[in-house]
Parts: sequence; structure tokens; C-alpha cells
Amino acid sequence: MSRIAAKFAELKSQQRKALIPFITAGDPEPGQTLPLMRALVDGGADIIELGVPFSDPMADGPTIQRASERALAYGISLKIVMGMVREFRKGDATTPVVLMGYANPVEAYGVEAFAADAAAAGVDGVLIVDYPPEECGEFSRVMKAAGIDPIFLLAPTSVESRFTDVAQLGSGYIYYVSLKGVTGAATIDTDEVAQRIPSIRAKVGMPVGVGFGIRDAASAARIARVADAVVIGSKIIETIEQAPAGTAAERVTAFLRQVRTAMDKETRS
Amino acid sequence: MPVDQYNLPDDRGHFGQFGGIFVAETLIPALAELKAAYEAAQNDPEFRAEFEYELAHYVGRPSPIYHAKRWSNLLGGAQIYLKREDLNHTGAHKINNCIGQAMLARRMSKPRVIAETGAGQHGVATATVAARYGMECVVYMGSEDVKRQAANVYRMKLLGATVIPVESGSKTLKDALNEAMRDWVTNVGNTFYIIGTVAGPHPYPMMVRDFQSVIGRECIPQMSALAGRQPDQVIACVGGGSNAMGIFYDYIPHTEVKLVGVEAAGHGIDSGKHAASLTAGRPGVLHGNRTYLLQDANGQIIETHSISAGLDYPGVGPEHAWLKDSGRAEYVTVTDDEALAAFHDLCRYEGIIPALESSHALAYAARLAPTLAKDTILLVSLSGRGDKDMHTVAEKSGIQF
Repeated sequence: MSRIAAKFAELKSQQRKALIPFITAGDPEPGQTLPLMRALVDGGADIIELGVPFSDPMADGPTIQRASERALAYGISLKIVMGMVREFRKGDATTPVVLMGYANPVEAYGVEAFAADAAAAGVDGVLIVDYPPEECGEFSRVMKAAGIDPIFLLAPTSVESRFTDVAQLGSGYIYYVSLKGVTGAATIDTDEVAQRIPSIRAKVGMPVGVGFGIRDAASAARIARVADAVVIGSKIIETIEQAPAGTAAERVTAFLRQVRTAMDKETRS
Repeated sequence: MPVDQYNLPDDRGHFGQFGGIFVAETLIPALAELKAAYEAAQNDPEFRAEFEYELAHYVGRPSPIYHAKRWSNLLGGAQIYLKREDLNHTGAHKINNCIGQAMLARRMSKPRVIAETGAGQHGVATATVAARYGMECVVYMGSEDVKRQAANVYRMKLLGATVIPVESGSKTLKDALNEAMRDWVTNVGNTFYIIGTVAGPHPYPMMVRDFQSVIGRECIPQMSALAGRQPDQVIACVGGGSNAMGIFYDYIPHTEVKLVGVEAAGHGIDSGKHAASLTAGRPGVLHGNRTYLLQDANGQIIETHSISAGLDYPGVGPEHAWLKDSGRAEYVTVTDDEALAAFHDLCRYEGIIPALESSHALAYAARLAPTLAKDTILLVSLSGRGDKDMHTVAEKSGIQF
């Protein structure tokens, strides 16, 4: 069983939902990525989404774009990001790590080489934002063969035929983008999400995580009631940005603990 | 594929390995809606008739072909003919496509149009058609470009558009494009994104090519009438590649006609400061399609340079990538200095002030012409007029207004 599947099985037995924070590798500077990943786990993260910086992050809002630009200023490449995961794995054998990014750095690295090196580094899943199902049959096959879960997005605007596409190509979990727009945009419409999740889950046959627009413990808890996982990105990047020097890790842990507590209270009550 | 049966792209927008739909899931339904609407419009005789009417009466088509005899004689070789897209309303070929997309937006009941622009030409063309059809218009423009192109920013405002300076990344065209995509994904219900070149996710490269293909379609009977035959070579500048695809498209099955795209070599290919994606780039994925890209070893998109803002883009339309790999078209480069020299020559010898973009195609024709027989015919796409480039050219000559 993959680390991601094992994690969801464990959470289910505990009546808990997965908390999946996102940070960009190399932001605000490369030396902080490992301490931040550990801080996420200390705060209650079940899975870590680690952003691979890209020069043109079209699907992200200004917050994550800024994080990407800060990381790129340090020359953070896909190879360096995989090295960070390898380091993280030395101290943590169980927390799944999902790389999230754009197609071009992966294609420049070479898909087969990436699959092999990512698997060896201890990467568990890959979410390529600009690889919709119609463009990545082969990519998905190569990832699965290497034991890596290809994770796909669904959106409020996705028609039902898309559910079948991602069910065939994807594994691990589905990331439901809860609102129109880019990351960090507006606030989530939890009623809309509550309506959509059950039918999506039934169709895709895997856990459904929800992200985009979750900014605090209260909205995370409301989402935890209906979804299998809660993804938080921009709010964490902002927390890192605003933390006084040397305090980013503890601030992130403190923020996640609030979210974790609220989610668990919601799902276990 | 035999080029006499050329029918690309396929249903999913692929030109061989290039093109496609590389966007986040949030945009997939919008592209599907656009594709369906475009197919319906293409099959609607009323839509086609109205497009023809607008091109004739609003744009001023057909644009003439002009035999640049004096310049050809001075060069002492091949005869150079110019397809005069510079005589269109708004002064460039960009308007052809903007009219088509604005008509489509109206048909899809989208009251708001958005666009990205580098030098401002596509922004001005979009603002123009938005005014013409009574639509709200928002144009994204890198903040560096806003500073460099104050006159075009003012033109867009006169036409009623809102110009939003983009501060992210390199603050130029590619960043404006990213920002326009973000606007579209957020406001997809009421907004139509008018892309200005033959790039982006399917169906944009095909649709923009189709709207621009009027250029080449006119050339075929015009060349027969004027020269009694088709040209030996068709030459056009390539940034994203819309004027080149427009003039190439109907010539693709005419295999006796050589197609040549001219990329911007900036300070020279070896300097690294250029915008020649097909010549010096590698295939990759950006802005919704797979194509040749200027990128570093890690797959990050690199900043480009050209004296011509309209060619200053790190990618290129996927159909050009296919034409290159298939060998049907050839792609060459021209430096800033060569383009400037051709700019001045056309001003002085033919009384035509060309756009700096078009000057790249002219420069290649000028390089080639003396090596060819006097009965050889080169047809050059004069894609736009150079009024917008006064500042750039004057500055290069050490003149301040």
C-alpha cells in the first residue's frame, strides 16, 4: 500500500480527515524548507504538498507566485526539490509528500528520469497543474509504474465525464478546487462543496481533498465535515511571509494546530 | 502527412507533438465552450458573411500587394512584393483576429473581453473592437511595457479600455498573459479572452490562424493578377506567429512556394539576448500548449530580448513548431541592427514606414534578394506600420523628442 493510501486508511479508522498544507520548496530561502516541512508535521499535517517553483505559475494567485519567485531567486530546481524530499525522508518515513508544480520543469528533466528519481527520493504523489487528463495518459502510466500517485484536479465547472477521466488516470486522492479562480483568491463556498463532494467521491472511488479559499480553522472544519482532506496553501505562505525572522516554523505549527483541533472536533463529534 | 492534404490540428488541437490543451482543470470547461461556439460559428453562413463585411468595410480589406520596384532594383536581385497589412484599420494585421473573436464573444453573450498586450498593438486592436461592439474591455500589460508604450496605453484608454499594469515576474508580455489567464479563470462566466497570437490552448492557435488566414487567401489571386504567378518565397516575421500563419496557411499546399519565418535574433543568437524560440529553443509546455520555448536547463522560461516588442516572447505558435519539424517552413533570424537597417531603407526608398516586427521580414528579404535572379519573387508580409516605433527608432539614433 502506498504511503498516501495508508494515511487515508489510518485517518478513516480514527474518524479524522487529512490536513494537507502546501509550501513552496525553497521559500523563503532553501535552508528553511526542511524545518518548515517538519513544522507542518508538528502542527498536524497528514500529507505535505511541496510546490516546485516555476517562472510562469499561471494557475496560482499572487501569494504563491511570490513564493515561487523567492525560491527561483535561489535557483531552486526540480532536482534540488527532490533532494529536499530525500533529506526529509531521513527523519520521517511515514508522512506522504506530493510534489505540485507545472509541466515544463518536469519535461525538461525528462518524465522517465523524473519518475525514477522522485520515487527514489521518497516522493509519493505528483500534481502537475497544467496536465489535464487529455494530455497526460503516458505521464500517468509512467508515474504509476514508479509507484507514484498521479493526482488530478476537479473544479466546480467540471462536467461528469471528467470524473471518469480522472478516476482512470489518477490515484491517491482527487484535489477538488473549491472555487473559480486562482489559488488564494476568495473565500470558499462551503455549501457548494458539500453538495458536490458526495457525487464526486462516488464517481472517482478515491478520497477527495478540497482546496483553494480555505483560510482559517472555521472554514477548514466546515470542509472537513464533507471532504476527505483539507488543503491549505496561500494562507500558510502568508504566515511564512509575515513571520518575524526565525519564527516562521513555529508560526506555521501554531496555525496548523488550530486548524487540526477544529477539524478533529468537527469530525469526531 | 502530405502537405497537400494538410488538415491540422486534430480534434484535440495537436499539430503532431505540438499544441494541445495544457491548462488547469478550471479552464477546461471554458475552452470546451469556446471550441463548440467557434465550430458553430464557422458553420454559420451569417457569421461568415458578417466577418467578411467587417473586414471589407471596417478594416478596409483586401489589403493590396505592392511591388517594391525601387528597393528591389537597388538591392539588385529578386523582386520584392509587400502584402500591405500596415494599411488596415489600426495599422496592423491584429485587427483581423480581434474582429473575429469579438463577434464570437457577442455570439456567446459574453459582455466583457480581456486581452494581454506587449507593445500595445493587440491591446489597441482589442480596445478598438470592444468599442465597436459595445463591450467592456480590460487589457493586461506588463508595467515595464506600460512605461515604454505610453502612447498606446493612452490610445487604449481613449477607446474606453481599462489598462491594468502587471507587476509580477519580468513585468512584460508573458506576465501580462499569465495575469489575463487568471482573470479569465476567475470571471469565465461573463468574460471572453481575446488572445492575439496563434498560441495558447486549443482552439486558440487554430482559431486565430483561421481569422488571420484571410491574408494568404487574398495573396493567391492578387499575385496571379499582379505577377502572373505565385511567389517563390513567402517571408514573414514570427514572434507568436500570427501574421506568418495568416499568410502561410493557404500556401501550405503550394509546395513550390517556400515559406520562411523570421525570428528576432536581438543582439545575436550567441549573445543569449534574443527571442528566437524556434531557432534556439527546445520543446516544452507553456501558456496552454506544447511548442518550442526559450528555457534554461531546469525548464524555467527565460527572459527574451528584441528591439521589437511584438516579437519579444519566449514561445511560438505550435503550428510553426510543426511546420519547422516537418520541413514545410524554414525559420531564420535577423538581429536588431539588421531590422533597423531595413526599417530605414523602406522609409527612404519606398516611402513606407514599417513596424519593427515587419522590418525583420524585410531585412531577411534584403539579405536574400541580391543572391537571387531578377525574376525571382519574394512576397513579404508587411504586417504593420511603424508609427508606434518612432520612439524606439529615434532613441537608437540618439534623438529625443
